[in-house]
Amino acid sequence: MAAEKSIQPFLRISGLEPFILRPGSLFVNVGERTNITGSKKFARLIRANQYEQALDIARQQVENGAQVLDVNLDDAMIDGVKAMKTFLNLLQAEPDIAKIPIMIDSSKFEIIEAGLKCVQGKCIVNSISLKEGEEKFLYQAEICRSFGAAVIVMAFDEQGQADTQKRKIEICEKAYQILTEKAGYLPEDIIFDPNIFAIATGMEEHNNYAVDFIEATREIKQKMPLTKVSGGVSNVSFSFRGNDTVREAMHSIFLYHAIKAGMDMGIVNAGQLAVYDEIEPTLKKLCEDVILNKNNDHNEATEKLIQFADTVKAKGKTIVEDKAWRKMSVEERLKHALVHGITDFIDEDTEEARLQYERPLDVIEGPLMDGMNVVGDLFGSGKMFLPQVVKSARVMKKSVAILTPYIELEKKKNEFQDSSGAPKILLATVKGDVHDIGKNIVGVVLGCNGYAVTDLGVMVSADKILDTAIAENVDIVGVSGLITPSLDEMVHIATEMKRREMHIPLLIGGATTSRIHTAVKIAPKFDEGVIHVADASRSVTVVSSLLNKDNKKTFLSDIQKQYAALKENYENKKPVKQYIGYEAAIQNPFSFDWQNYLPPAPNFKGTKVFKNYPLPEIRDYIDWKPFFITWEMHGNFPDILKDEIVGTEATKLYEDAQQLLDKIIEEQWLQANGVVGFWEATRIEHDTIEVNNTGEKIHLECLRQEIKKASGQPNFSLADFIMPNEYTTNGKCIDHIGAFAVTISGIEKHIQHFQENHDDYNKIMLQSISDRLVEAFAELLHQKTRTLFWGYEPDEHLSKEELIHEKYTGIRPAPGYPACPEHTEKLKLFHLLNATENTGIILTDAMAMSPAASVCGWYFSHPGSKYFGVGKISTEQVNDYARRKSWTEAEASKWLRPMLD
Amino acid sequence: MNIEQLLAERILILDGAMGTMIQRHALDESGYRGERFKDFSHDLKGNNDLLCLTQPSIIKDIHKAYLNAGANIIETNTFNAQRISLADYHMEDLAFEINLEAAKIARTAIEEYCKEHPTGSTIREHFVAGAIGPMNKTLSLSPNVNDPGYRAVTFDEVADAYFIQIDGLVKGGVDVLLIETIFDTLNAKAAIYAIQKYFREHKITLPIMISGTITDASGRTLSGQTLEAFYISVMHARPLSIGLNCALGASEMRSHIEELSHIASCYVSAYPNAGLPNAMGEYDEQPNDTASFIESWAKEGWVNIVGGCCGTTPEHIHEIASRVKNIKPRKLPILNMA
Repeated sequence: MAAEKSIQPFLRISGLEPFILRPGSLFVNVGERTNITGSKKFARLIRANQYEQALDIARQQVENGAQVLDVNLDDAMIDGVKAMKTFLNLLQAEPDIAKIPIMIDSSKFEIIEAGLKCVQGKCIVNSISLKEGEEKFLYQAEICRSFGAAVIVMAFDEQGQADTQKRKIEICEKAYQILTEKAGYLPEDIIFDPNIFAIATGMEEHNNYAVDFIEATREIKQKMPLTKVSGGVSNVSFSFRGNDTVREAMHSIFLYHAIKAGMDMGIVNAGQLAVYDEIEPTLKKLCEDVILNKNNDHNEATEKLIQFADTVKAKGKTIVEDKAWRKMSVEERLKHALVHGITDFIDEDTEEARLQYERPLDVIEGPLMDGMNVVGDLFGSGKMFLPQVVKSARVMKKSVAILTPYIELEKKKNEFQDSSGAPKILLATVKGDVHDIGKNIVGVVLGCNGYAVTDLGVMVSADKILDTAIAENVDIVGVSGLITPSLDEMVHIATEMKRREMHIPLLIGGATTSRIHTAVKIAPKFDEGVIHVADASRSVTVVSSLLNKDNKKTFLSDIQKQYAALKENYENKKPVKQYIGYEAAIQNPFSFDWQNYLPPAPNFKGTKVFKNYPLPEIRDYIDWKPFFITWEMHGNFPDILKDEIVGTEATKLYEDAQQLLDKIIEEQWLQANGVVGFWEATRIEHDTIEVNNTGEKIHLECLRQEIKKASGQPNFSLADFIMPNEYTTNGKCIDHIGAFAVTISGIEKHIQHFQENHDDYNKIMLQSISDRLVEAFAELLHQKTRTLFWGYEPDEHLSKEELIHEKYTGIRPAPGYPACPEHTEKLKLFHLLNATENTGIILTDAMAMSPAASVCGWYFSHPGSKYFGVGKISTEQVNDYARRKSWTEAEASKWLRPMLD
Repeated sequence: MNIEQLLAERILILDGAMGTMIQRHALDESGYRGERFKDFSHDLKGNNDLLCLTQPSIIKDIHKAYLNAGANIIETNTFNAQRISLADYHMEDLAFEINLEAAKIARTAIEEYCKEHPTGSTIREHFVAGAIGPMNKTLSLSPNVNDPGYRAVTFDEVADAYFIQIDGLVKGGVDVLLIETIFDTLNAKAAIYAIQKYFREHKITLPIMISGTITDASGRTLSGQTLEAFYISVMHARPLSIGLNCALGASEMRSHIEELSHIASCYVSAYPNAGLPNAMGEYDEQPNDTASFIESWAKEGWVNIVGGCCGTTPEHIHEIASRVKNIKPRKLPILNMA
């Protein structure tokens, strides 16, 4: 028989996983960024209904080590009950967030109750109090108890918030009695918040607030030992807002004393916490005096701290380079360089290590790998961000490059066999596609994690990918693509892998790919594992799961199950959207009083070429937000530079980008070339625009939305924005269409240079900058078109923000994008503009433009024109379109496939 | 003597599958309809809980078969008898009546059994557990993969549906309320919420048994919780027992029962399926095998209430009952107060 067991009265809460607060547990870190009052970014996302991004904040909190997630949606602008339900319901669908317990935080009890109804785990309610009397307190406590929640009780009663130790204890003891004797609460499910108030405010009566909290905590733990104590720490330093150095020091010193007194948990921004031992001694002493209210009878300590704070603040900006690490051992120096991405000393340090170690390979397998493991761990736990990791990789690659000749030499000498045996990953951008920034990032991240990455580059045929995979005996193949035809190419690759009876998994990534497309279209073609990888940071976990012999089977069968379910669901899904058919759609076009419309005439007809357009002018048009997205930093510009979590890194990245841009401009690395043109145009059929290219008639074929619209809403086609021929009276009143193609060229040589220097960071930086430049160039020419070339808005004065938000009149849709999703129309655009000759852009067979940093599109000037997505179309429309383009069925289904299912 | 006192002394036996036994009768549509619903507008075949109204003698006989096999606790035939699940058959308005009758049938079965088997002892050894199933809609999961925030039902709707079910069960005379086959803990929390509300409003209390379901090798519930997280999430019910049933056979359930026996401050129950279904979807684990597994748990001192779920029969229950008869029950752990 089993020995008698005992169960301890610990606070036990749960998400998908349990969390037990045992004596001796470390201070419980409550994630506070999913709090509208605590995070501006979170508030903005919730107000804008961007719950997906709001969830990312929650995820970051978990990755940063939050053990409990505080969720507060109190905001005058939103319906808190609805927001709480929506957010928590979505959160429950994210196992990596929902694993930790939720703290439902609101000053409105109805929001708390709504939240409790959404969460299966045992929550903490934050908070209830006696401020509206005993009856209401008991009522609320009983409701919390019927959901099994632990409660935070604020030291607050009808007389107000308790500020002295005595009042805090009085209120907490009274609440304790009511909760345990009347509401059926267990003592361990009660958490007190005895109020942390701001100190050093200049008011002498505030000086003892921190001491009151700390001492009240001590007394609570003595009198009610099973209860817990929590608090909002940042309040204490409120009077020093704007001065992070002092605030961070105050927080850690306050916590140091409060935790010793028994404080168990708290809402703390981990990023706003100095390491206690590393606080500068003068500051430490001053903060300690203020917090413990020593030598402060007449505000002396407060004044000293305020004075000191000003000096810290003043020099806050100067960056003093800390060279102390140069005095450490060579191993430590290499590690430091890797973690901090410093290449300055890597040559000499590598050389020193090489001489010190017996074999050059030992340097790689020893200190370098140790350093990269630290990087990997920090990245995995959310403590490093992608740009930092890429910089680390640069250091690693440089060091390896120095060692490689010695390793080769040794190999020859000893007939040394390459036994490194790192798993091999093959990456490629598929045939017809030239976009590779994302793939390069994946390559770097995998490289950092010790995998041997072979990158075949862009426009790689299925045969080449698979031949190489077999020849080099790789462990995993990863393919990427950005444009829609690439999706079909990926299906083809999967089919080929099956035909060739390959047994290695296939990873799918890139901007147009999705989990659902992978599950429905690609995965069924190949049984040995097809996995969609949403972004670079996920690639490591996916790859390591696939390479772990023990986990691979479960991992793959889990994925297969998920995908099968997705597929089944997709196929069984009743179409939510209703379609009205092509005939009916044609009968419901965008209608307009053409009779009384005088279409504006452009100031020139034919084309105008721009060679080597001044980059400084283009630079001002850059929209930086997508630049940060490329680096997997999501947020609006320039707010992201001040973001609590990624702000520092985002600022560094931005500064690096500015520096590189300066250099690009100064040394004329890149050229911006473009062409703009205008022609007479009439709509001659429901979805056909006839363009008059000085006598040559070219028909542009458009696609029309077939989705059922609300009454009064048209089914758009781009053809609707051009005057129909019946209104065109002999050229007196004729409409026009415009087009443009722009490119940034000259990148290859510099990319090669960076590659040779093992500098992926600058390589990706350069690629992402040239992407931004070409978009900016398109924006600039479009503005000039409106105000000058076409001149229909001569007085337009839009800010950069307004441009980004497309506040202008007229549109510039690009073939292959939602308003005109069929790619081959690009051929006509290129023909009209003579684009290849005028700009150097080449169209591939798959209709991708090379160089990758190229943009083209049509100009429409009509005041009612707007961006829209065609969406799904019916067979009727496919047939009609094929007729208009004189296509075979096979051609039609090839180019229209993305719109068909 | 009440059930709590009896549990301190011995391992109690819970009955086996109801559905498996009903299947043996091979009822057709008219069998389900009976006289009362012969003209009902929708198909009723498969609505097992309805049989409490249309075939009460079949249900009573199944209860008696389990009592004869040695069961101490029999479950009412009400697994789906709340209005949300009954809506599948357009019978949501019958929820109260089915539960009321189901409880009465089970009571009658015990009374008849006791008359037929007089022991001369005054110790009550047989109890009716009002079965509260998980329902066909879940509160933590979205049925729409493209809209993870969507829910097919609200907490209040679930709690209200359970409230009516509880009303019928209590008025029909159950001794215990058993929330079982929990694959979404939030549904179970809604049931607990409804029970507590019912107790408050009617100023009564009955013991509550809680039994969750670990659905697969992940060791988690369908809604994603680990066993301990699940346990923590329902402990506020202050249940008589916590346990596991369904989805797994005894062999797969073993490690979970062991874990539960270490963490549970209340009694532990376990009623696995008769193994895992074979390729044809049938359970073919023999009574002897199921009983061997359960006997070993009892010997380890892990369990207080044992029985069977899908695929188990009176033969299984008889075998289990005879194997654990002389084994001491798991002792309740000591709750340290400081």
